Amino acid sequence: MSTPTRTPTGAPEHLTGPGSGGVGDDAQRPDGVLKVRGEFAYGSDLWMEDMLWGVTLRSPHPYARIRSVDTSAALATPGVSAVLTADDVPGEKVYGLELADQPVLALDVVRYQGEPVALVAADHPETARLAASRIHVDYDVLEPVTDARTALGHPTWNQVHDSTAEVTELSRESAHLHPEGNLVRHLKVRTGDPAPTADVVVVGEYEVGMQDQAFLGPESGLAVPAEDGGVELHVATQWLHVDQKQICSALALPPEQVRLTLAGVGGAFGGREDLSMHVHACLLALRTGRPVKMSYNREESFFGHVHRHPATMRYEHGATRDGELVYVKAAIYFDGGAYASSTPAVVGNGGTMGIGPYVVPNVHVDCYGAYTNNPPCGAMRGFGSVQTAFAYESQMDALAAELGMDPVELRCRNAMEEGSATPTGQVIDSPAPVAELLRRLEAMPLPAASGDGEVDLRDMPGGVSNTTHGEGVRRGVGYAVAYKNVAFSEGYDDHSTARVRLEVVGGEPTATVHTAAAEVGQGLVTVEQQIARTELGVERVVVHPKDTSVGSAGSTSASRQTYVTGGAVKAACEKVREQVLARAERLVGRTVPDLRLAGGSVVSDSEDITVPLADLLGDDVLEATLEWRHRPTEAIDPETGQGFAHVQYAFSAHRAVVDVDTELGLVKVVEMACTQDVGKAINPQAVVGQIQGGTAQGLGLAVMEEILIKDGKVRNPSFTDYLIPTILDMPPMRIEVLEYADPHAPYGLRGVGEAPNISSGPAVLAAIRAATGLPLTRVPVRPEHITGT
Amino acid sequence: MDFLQPATWAEALEAKAAHPDAVPIAGGTDVMVGLNFGHLRPARLLDLTRVADLRDWQVADGAVRLGAAVSYARVISELGDRLPGLAMASRTIGSPQIRNRGTVAGNLATASPAGDAHPALLAAGAGVEVASARGTRRIPIDDFYTGVKRNAMDDDELIAAVHVALPSGPQQYSKIGTRNAMVIAVAAFGLALHPDRRAVGTGIGSAAPTPRRAPAAEEFLAGELDSSGLWESRAELPEATIARFGELVAAAAAPIDDVRGSARYRVHALSVMARRALTWAWADYRNSANQGA
Amino acid sequence: MRLTCTVNGTEQHVDDVWEGESLLYVLRERMGLPGSKNACEQGECGSCTVYLDGLPVCACLVAAGQAEGRQVGTVEGLADPESLHPVQQAFLDAGAVQCGFCTPGLLVATHDLITRQGRPSDAETREALAGNLCRCTGYEKILDAVRLAADRMAEPTAGGDR
Repeated sequence: MSTPTRTPTGAPEHLTGPGSGGVGDDAQRPDGVLKVRGEFAYGSDLWMEDMLWGVTLRSPHPYARIRSVDTSAALATPGVSAVLTADDVPGEKVYGLELADQPVLALDVVRYQGEPVALVAADHPETARLAASRIHVDYDVLEPVTDARTALGHPTWNQVHDSTAEVTELSRESAHLHPEGNLVRHLKVRTGDPAPTADVVVVGEYEVGMQDQAFLGPESGLAVPAEDGGVELHVATQWLHVDQKQICSALALPPEQVRLTLAGVGGAFGGREDLSMHVHACLLALRTGRPVKMSYNREESFFGHVHRHPATMRYEHGATRDGELVYVKAAIYFDGGAYASSTPAVVGNGGTMGIGPYVVPNVHVDCYGAYTNNPPCGAMRGFGSVQTAFAYESQMDALAAELGMDPVELRCRNAMEEGSATPTGQVIDSPAPVAELLRRLEAMPLPAASGDGEVDLRDMPGGVSNTTHGEGVRRGVGYAVAYKNVAFSEGYDDHSTARVRLEVVGGEPTATVHTAAAEVGQGLVTVEQQIARTELGVERVVVHPKDTSVGSAGSTSASRQTYVTGGAVKAACEKVREQVLARAERLVGRTVPDLRLAGGSVVSDSEDITVPLADLLGDDVLEATLEWRHRPTEAIDPETGQGFAHVQYAFSAHRAVVDVDTELGLVKVVEMACTQDVGKAINPQAVVGQIQGGTAQGLGLAVMEEILIKDGKVRNPSFTDYLIPTILDMPPMRIEVLEYADPHAPYGLRGVGEAPNISSGPAVLAAIRAATGLPLTRVPVRPEHITGT
Repeated sequence: MDFLQPATWAEALEAKAAHPDAVPIAGGTDVMVGLNFGHLRPARLLDLTRVADLRDWQVADGAVRLGAAVSYARVISELGDRLPGLAMASRTIGSPQIRNRGTVAGNLATASPAGDAHPALLAAGAGVEVASARGTRRIPIDDFYTGVKRNAMDDDELIAAVHVALPSGPQQYSKIGTRNAMVIAVAAFGLALHPDRRAVGTGIGSAAPTPRRAPAAEEFLAGELDSSGLWESRAELPEATIARFGELVAAAAAPIDDVRGSARYRVHALSVMARRALTWAWADYRNSANQGA
Repeated sequence: MRLTCTVNGTEQHVDDVWEGESLLYVLRERMGLPGSKNACEQGECGSCTVYLDGLPVCACLVAAGQAEGRQVGTVEGLADPESLHPVQQAFLDAGAVQCGFCTPGLLVATHDLITRQGRPSDAETREALAGNLCRCTGYEKILDAVRLAADRMAEPTAGGDR
């Protein structure tokens, strides 16, 4: 069960190389050697003889009508092969993950700064950039709507709680950014007493800034025109088949003629679930008849993908004097920006899980997603749960303070457990060790106090910038716990496809796993190999390139691939295994009940049977392809939010220890501790890696990461001013990984990637509050908030 | 675009005279960002990395002559004791990779109010040696910064070196950033005590259209040290003196609100940094006597 | 313009280089050495770290012409074809590679750090690697990898070069 897998100091002792490489081992990634040699081909590394470079002309205005576009000067630029506008999109001119509302190239209106307007292909990127600058677009600039509540016609919180206010109608009366009004989705959760009262009531308003995925590998790909009139696209993405569907629609081509292969992906974190350069590169390749490479630079990347929704939230918690939660009311506003992207599902998560992993009898939640003229927001790790966790965990701390209770004690008293009902009426039917996660954190030793011995600036808030030698520094400790759904929810037909082949290659039994599941760095390719090794008893497993010649694997998001594609690979392996064992039984001429595959042979423990696969298979190839589904979820009731919305939940908790220079408002996170239940660690090293990486992103949102927007315009589209944590900002971690099997999931596993990203930031915020005594209701916390300037 | 690559200083000056629009490039840490993002499209680049003279530093007449192409990394490793304030500032600049390429002269040429070297140079009272085919002149650092990203150089001039007097007393440098490394200054402060001339030097960064000194604070503190005999006694500084110094430093700033910080915060942070820097510098000054220096 | 420089010990000539190109672009797009990565192109991420005359620098901030006649070392030059350098092996063993986009730059920076300092303390490692952003790992396993590589390179019997 639960064993500490990592302590914060000292060289690791377990680094002895791969074991058998099966399920539960620290198997090494199959792409690792290529990556450390610099030979792994990321999207931006692709190159073909005779290829052209594509660039995008984007709107400088957040909201404007396009009067005209003149491309003649661009076309006349030597070296330019094509200049395209919306008129050149042969198929559907709009696309989208859930709602097709986003133009491939701007039509008559641009709705956000950075919206693509035109494309250029040329023989050198500089030529293409120069030509793009010569495209003349005549804009009629309009006044942007840049606040979600304004867009919905809810300028005050009071209106929110006025039950007579009909939101959809109100939104129709405010500025119409989209024909159907500015409301993308309104989710209601209603359970228990609609007018509850309690001894102690705590009210808070919270704000979360817009976070960027900040994956390091820019949006990039190479489109190659094919002889059949179609196109081959090599692209860094999260979901090949949903890309293919949207590209086909825009190009008016059937799927057979739009073939996608996954290029190397330099991180994703949700930011590659929507299209970026995909259709654009294909359009240019089809127009010019030549391969076209597109690769965004960092500035364009900030405009080229969706971000995490900023949120404003108002919460009211009622509890008994002894700390039992009586009710929670919440109004949650997500700013979806100019186009829908995955806002409906983000609202789904924000609303259904918006009060945290607690048992509350009376719940009234309204969660809204709005259109504005801000950059489009969509998927990012933690997806709708990161924002609410800041609010509900801050509320729990405020309530604990009001009650004079220990914050961990208050959380444990109200913690969900197996058998608890969520506010959406779903009974948790697998382990939910919320209290245990917190108690284990509490039991971990705290780091040594600062200021002992000589000052090392690198340990101080501000680092080597030499702002304090201990002056003004106070330490704080904070806790947070969170939960999140794993996989797609609310009745979505969530599935994956796996093709597994077993054959003898060069005398060695070899399994090949073919799925379309995007490897984005998390290590799914390793997991696919591990599962095949365990299920087929072979050592050599080849991961086929990820492409659309096999069925959809669904998205690499929602912490779902190890569960769903892992499930598909396991099931396909089982099918192949059945064929092998049947063949073995035919060979031995009778039924042997305990035949199994191990060490490259068919073996039986009860009888002395060892049939090497090399002998059994000869030149034959055994193969199985199948679609695999997790148990179905269901749509929730539109008026009450009740329903079996989510197939599985992931739980994690963090303790943060910070030193704050309270006079300058600078923060040094001293240590992060995390406990997480992962059901079954398929690859313990990778699990810990996910926890560490997710923790860092949560820390970043708590103290530094924000896309700053003024009047709809991004003010910091660069790594100079959009700051992500460096190795000097991320402290050592203590991690305990718990493995309580989920009986409904393959191997009992639980999705891992997102939960630690959710509980980490609120713990840091709580620790800063503890150090400063300030309420701090907005993240990222800026020095101005701490110093009152 | 032309790429001019003079091998000698004389050739460099000739090239600049012939092409005043040529953009000098040494470490490239500013120029290349402009090129990579299409914000800068000069007709010519003038590469100074082949001019060997620029990579040298010497000590003469009680001052360091720091060649224009000496990297921040070398300032830290070779000149930490001779240019302590500048070395402290250099340690906060960008990343090790940036410090291996970036130069103090580049900071001066760009003349961004956020340039990290400026407060240290102002506090130390540096001079900028600029040259052209017409000749060489020395611009006092106080006169060098003329506006936001503008300096007192003529179009045909190049920076040859920076002259900084050897320290006669402690120096300090502090910089605020919202990350613990690799961050542009929200505000920065440099302090130099000059017991030899019974003077105080200050420098403020990122808190006005140009880097600037805080003359009132300098005069106040020098006056207090003088009138109370503190230069000689090395007694503890009165709290009120430290606080007043902080206030006067903050009062010298004229910051704006921008993405990196609010004007109010910058003013506040300067007062805190000034107080702390003075406390540390004075402690060093007192210790240096105890150690019989 | 024409550019000649030595990359990973081999002299390279490329023609028709636009003067505004960076060394990074030339390596990636003209010399077929895309190992150095293009994550920010403004010196803020370290993904393009290469050796230039023995010093680690951001290749994105070196004008192509500035590399004329210089010695350039990239991630592709760390190992020979048969075996990995101990720094590379340590990154794999420690699980310090996820998406891997930061990895080439980190390998060069780590190689430089250990070459200069032998067994750096954690604080020294953090300051030395502060210019290399990683978005996947939270840096813990990178620290593990540096410790592991430093230990292995300090062992007199270690296989790799020292």
